Amino acid sequence: MSEEIKWESQSDMPLMAMSLGRMTVNKTGSWRNLRPVLDKEKCIKCGICWKFCPDVSISIDEEDYPVVNLDFCKGCGICATECPKDAIEMVKEE
Amino acid sequence: MKYTIPEQEIMCSGHKACQGCGATLAMRYALKALGPKTILTLPACCWSVIDGPFPYSAVGVPLFHTAFETAAAVASGIRAGLDMRGDTETNVVAWAGDGGTFDIGIQALSGTVERNDNVIYICYDNEAYMNTGVQRSSATPWGAVTTTTPARHFKQERKKDMIGIMAAHSIPYTASASVAYPEDFIRKLNIAKETPGAKFIHILASCPPGWKTAPELAIKLARLAVQTHVFPLYEIYEGRYYKLSMDPKKKPLIDYIKPQGRFRHLTEEQVAEMDKQVDERYDRLKEQAERSKSWFEAKKEK
Repeated sequence: MSEEIKWESQSDMPLMAMSLGRMTVNKTGSWRNLRPVLDKEKCIKCGICWKFCPDVSISIDEEDYPVVNLDFCKGCGICATECPKDAIEMVKEE
Repeated sequence: MKYTIPEQEIMCSGHKACQGCGATLAMRYALKALGPKTILTLPACCWSVIDGPFPYSAVGVPLFHTAFETAAAVASGIRAGLDMRGDTETNVVAWAGDGGTFDIGIQALSGTVERNDNVIYICYDNEAYMNTGVQRSSATPWGAVTTTTPARHFKQERKKDMIGIMAAHSIPYTASASVAYPEDFIRKLNIAKETPGAKFIHILASCPPGWKTAPELAIKLARLAVQTHVFPLYEIYEGRYYKLSMDPKKKPLIDYIKPQGRFRHLTEEQVAEMDKQVDERYDRLKEQAERSKSWFEAKKEK
């Protein structure tokens, strides 16, 4: 996990534009209107939701179930559409 | 779990792509296949925004932001520099959108492939200038609506056959791919990695805001584009030998057209006209693949 980079003055900055940190500082979960919810009974552990997640926010746990990182999930719903068993449902965020 | 694509994750979360972005998926798969020893060059395109503002980056490999028309030329230069230092292992990849490939970047690209520099050029094609607010490009398909080709004057020209232009340069390897078939895309990247010389890969990346569709349909539409023969997946070796990566049974074109707002204005006759264009192109491709069959058989025997 990358931390936010802050400079006290201009002289602390690098001489040219370069990447010093990773975009994981940007919590895109706040963009979300719909939240994916997994029904573990229907899940066949195929990993298709992991494969098609554009936000890299689905990881696979020790029992091979997908886990959604809600800090970054933008709620696009690709996982719910592509799931062959309809095990993922998109529910409205409160 | 048995993974069908490499497990390593080089691109990170938190990038600034829209919901359901196909271009982001394309980058995720490309980095999975190419590995951390990769240098990217990036002209102005959606990805120059997605990567994030200074001093952050989402890709996890060295990335060079270039001027709009120079992605391929900068990649050539980086390759030459690496070769001088004796590093032939690192992959140099020019990563450009359809505007930076089909329109603005074509002269630099043509120069790079003509010199047969050892770089991989990947064009992620979302079929218009999506980053600046959906203006028409020469990759926009016939009939589509953009802000510069509104519904009453929808695009009257066909999509440019970029792969054909690349094949005409007789480069070692050219291929088309789709974000809906990551295994196929990664297989093609592995071939590109092994082949010396210039390689060109054209990947269709769905764009929910530009195509005016729901974000959850992004992958489904990219798959339908292949299944309806609108965007066939094929490879060309040495600019002459064609091979269809898959030859699916044709689904009705309307399945692809209907969910997209950019084609909503088309009448039945116009859809039929588009269908005719699609079939014509696909038949030609099949004919070329048929003619190349003996070459692939001879290659296999070797």
